[in-house]
Amino acid sequence: MPKKMHITLTVNGKEEEFLAEPRELLIYTLRERLNITGPHIGCETSHCGACTVTIGGKSVKSCTMFVAQADGADITTIEGIGGPDNLHPLQEAFKEHHGLQCGYCTPGMITRATKLLEEIPNPTEEEIRFGMAGNLCRCTGYQNIVKSIQAAAAEMSAAKEAAE
Amino acid sequence: MKDEITRDERVDNLKGMGCSRKRVEDARFTQGKGNYVDDIKLDGMLFGDFVRSPYAHARITSINTEEALKVPGVLAVLTAADLEPLGLHWMPTLAGDKQMVLADGKVLFQGQEVAFVVAEDRYAAADGIELVEVEYEELPVIVDPFEALQSDVVLREDLVAEDGSVPDGAHGARKHPNHIFTWEAGDKDPTDQVIAEADVVATESMYYHRTHPCPLETCGCVASMDKVNGKLTLWGTFQAPHAIRTVVSLISGIEEHNIRVISPDIGGGFGNKVGAYPGYVCSVVASIVTGKPVKWIEDRMDNLMTTAFARDYHMTGKIAATKEGKITGLHCQVVADHGGFDACADPTKFPAGFMNICTGSYDIPTAYLEVDGVYTNKAPGGVSYRCSFRVTEAVYFIERMIEVLAIELNMDAAELRRMNFIKKEQFPYKAALGWEYDSGDYHTAWDKALETVDYAGLRAEQAQRVEDFKAGKTRSLMGIGLSFFTEIVGAGPVKNCDILGLGMFDSCEIRIHPTGSAIARLGTISQGQGHATTFAQILATEIGLPADSITIEEGDTDTAPYGLGTYGSRSTPVAGAATAMAGRKIRAKAQMIAAYLLEVHDNDVEFDVDRFVVKGAPERFKTMKEVAFAAYNQAIPGLEPGLEAVSYYDPPNMTYPFGAYVCVMDIDVDTGVPDIRRFYALDDCGTRINPMIIEGQVHGGLTEALAVSLGQEIAYDDMGNVKTGTLMDFFLPTAWEVPNYETDHTVTPSPHHPIGAKGVGESPHVGGVPCFSNAVQDAFRPFGNRHTNMPHDHWRIWKTANELGLHE
Repeated sequence: MPKKMHITLTVNGKEEEFLAEPRELLIYTLRERLNITGPHIGCETSHCGACTVTIGGKSVKSCTMFVAQADGADITTIEGIGGPDNLHPLQEAFKEHHGLQCGYCTPGMITRATKLLEEIPNPTEEEIRFGMAGNLCRCTGYQNIVKSIQAAAAEMSAAKEAAE
Repeated sequence: MKDEITRDERVDNLKGMGCSRKRVEDARFTQGKGNYVDDIKLDGMLFGDFVRSPYAHARITSINTEEALKVPGVLAVLTAADLEPLGLHWMPTLAGDKQMVLADGKVLFQGQEVAFVVAEDRYAAADGIELVEVEYEELPVIVDPFEALQSDVVLREDLVAEDGSVPDGAHGARKHPNHIFTWEAGDKDPTDQVIAEADVVATESMYYHRTHPCPLETCGCVASMDKVNGKLTLWGTFQAPHAIRTVVSLISGIEEHNIRVISPDIGGGFGNKVGAYPGYVCSVVASIVTGKPVKWIEDRMDNLMTTAFARDYHMTGKIAATKEGKITGLHCQVVADHGGFDACADPTKFPAGFMNICTGSYDIPTAYLEVDGVYTNKAPGGVSYRCSFRVTEAVYFIERMIEVLAIELNMDAAELRRMNFIKKEQFPYKAALGWEYDSGDYHTAWDKALETVDYAGLRAEQAQRVEDFKAGKTRSLMGIGLSFFTEIVGAGPVKNCDILGLGMFDSCEIRIHPTGSAIARLGTISQGQGHATTFAQILATEIGLPADSITIEEGDTDTAPYGLGTYGSRSTPVAGAATAMAGRKIRAKAQMIAAYLLEVHDNDVEFDVDRFVVKGAPERFKTMKEVAFAAYNQAIPGLEPGLEAVSYYDPPNMTYPFGAYVCVMDIDVDTGVPDIRRFYALDDCGTRINPMIIEGQVHGGLTEALAVSLGQEIAYDDMGNVKTGTLMDFFLPTAWEVPNYETDHTVTPSPHHPIGAKGVGESPHVGGVPCFSNAVQDAFRPFGNRHTNMPHDHWRIWKTANELGLHE
């Protein structure tokens, strides 16, 4: 058995420290080791995006990243985006516009969308469809996901304007 | 007492049927707090995974598990030899066949389960799998069902007698060792005669390729045998938890009351999660052997290669008509590739599902259908991928035959359809292949669709485009895809629908709490359809308590009443009906309580929205909330305390949703890339419970139709290797490829359903596949195209253009 590595991570603002085999994939670290089960496993080949998390300001598919590669990283999952008392506008919008059905892709979808709206605060439909193309959904046909992201973008822009 | 709010406001407060109530499921899903099977963690839980066959057909000469058992963390390796003493090395399939749980001397498809490695975690299990040594002796591989019926190679020696004869199967006589059944519907001789004497006959052969439902969450389970109490708990991705409990009991011998099956949140099903898979059996056995909970979760490759393919129908049709276009007869012959075991998930008496709905929406007086099921070296399955049993195949068949007939008659395909639709006044309509369609108004729907899209204008534009193309002004062609479908869903009446002898009724049990809220439990299980939202709406309208005060619970066999689960768009037609009927039982008792409280006779009060009112004295009433409390605190002569009801609903007939779809597509002749410019979908699902959810279902079903028609397939090479085992090769559309859909509706309530609802989840898939396919084919019709097989991926579209000489 290969030697275990000493890993430190910050996940949703909390520091974690443990020993892991170098082959351990980040998604298993999150789900099995840290009990963070929001990110899901859909393909293990980077195609579906159900495991999407944010690392250092970028969307990352955690099913194809070794935890060793993430050593020292600051990671945000859906659990860190918003909860019952502080829902993110995207979480509100997905509910309001029926942007989900079975819910399996939703954590990855919303996590990706938070980054998309940071990169492009007021995206066109085309930019949303292109920017979300790494996240697969089998239920919704994407139409209401696009609508949800548009609505959240409008909401966030309005809030930003009001604040300025 | 004076009302402070209006009656309309009282109706709105209920959030009952007809309103776009927001989903109650979404809070947990949007916050990452869903509870899917892979989220379940139990103390000491182990992980099981399969050694799978790399060969499609081979004899197994030895299995050596010695080295695997030395791997740190590996606790056990199960093989068929270990399961045999328990009688669990084979298991019954839903189709009356049997299937190997672990390879018993041979393998019949690539990816077949050979051994089950049980370890402390996934990594140790994977290490163990690497070290299980299996020796195979390759056998000739058959991946073509026509070849299978001619071949001397016997795939299933277990189904051939010692003298070489072929005994009958579960569905009657078999013609060849690799033959499973012949199933017929309709009248052969009269149909042959009509075809022989017809003015015009169009003949076409088409292959509806093998594909896969591929929900984003794969199949899996956690089995936990509590040896102290003798109780087995099985969590899993089960679309039919109660049926799974019965099956587990029957094959394991554990009494049913000692088995608790729980379907937690399910990440999409689409038919993939109806069947019983070797992983479930092995997990249960492994839990019994080790005394610890055992989890088994498929990876994506396992999922695509081994559990639940769909379609794989080779269909040949003959359609006869007068020269004016009135259809007189239809003949359909199918060779169905079932893979190595017949594990199709159909009602027992229907080995080809409801393929006998293949006369479609048309008044066809004479018809005949023959389906031959065949074994090949492919994975078993044969599930209904987002459709009622084999209805996608049936509707694709007839909607292609109509197009081919239109070509033969040199007629417009929209007009040909209109001319042959079953008329409104003909319902209930007894079709030539046996079904009695409950209701429909096809002409209204069709005319509305064609008018909305400006069909005449589209045809004119298309004609201009053809001219421009011929003149060298454009390299793009335009296709207008039409489809009109009739679904047959809501299986089904116990008199003719059962699975493994279990009648296909469904159920609902309601408990009203003293303070006027409620819990209702059903025999179905949501996989994204939003049952917790919509069933509460049905109840809100029926019993007059707000939907927000009603919890809906499904999927725990210890608490929910028995039901056959969710697939084939049966939840609303069957469990939805049970919900309404149970609600009416609540209302009947509540009416007696209200009458007592109001000191009038039972018949002198009537239900109005959320209350019982004394007839003729609207100011005298008791709300349902008040009645609920009274049920628990008043001693009412002749009435038991409490307010509960249960209903088991056996539907008198199927329901028959229908719809009219139009797709407008531009096709780049030089790249084969289709651009879906417009997609209009009119659905008639009867009474509409939640328009928002209906639209969502339509968007999703159409997108799965787009996938199947334009690229998604499970393909094999001649050696039986699966060529599409990952999402790299197996097409799932992204947001980038998918268009915006226009949805529309008409409402023709089901006359026999308590609330008139018909089900909608699968309609868009059933109607969508032929619509996308017809659009592609229609683009090439002016250049002599008659039929090309799906999936119409870029390469195949390019090839069609090339074969028609459009690149010259």
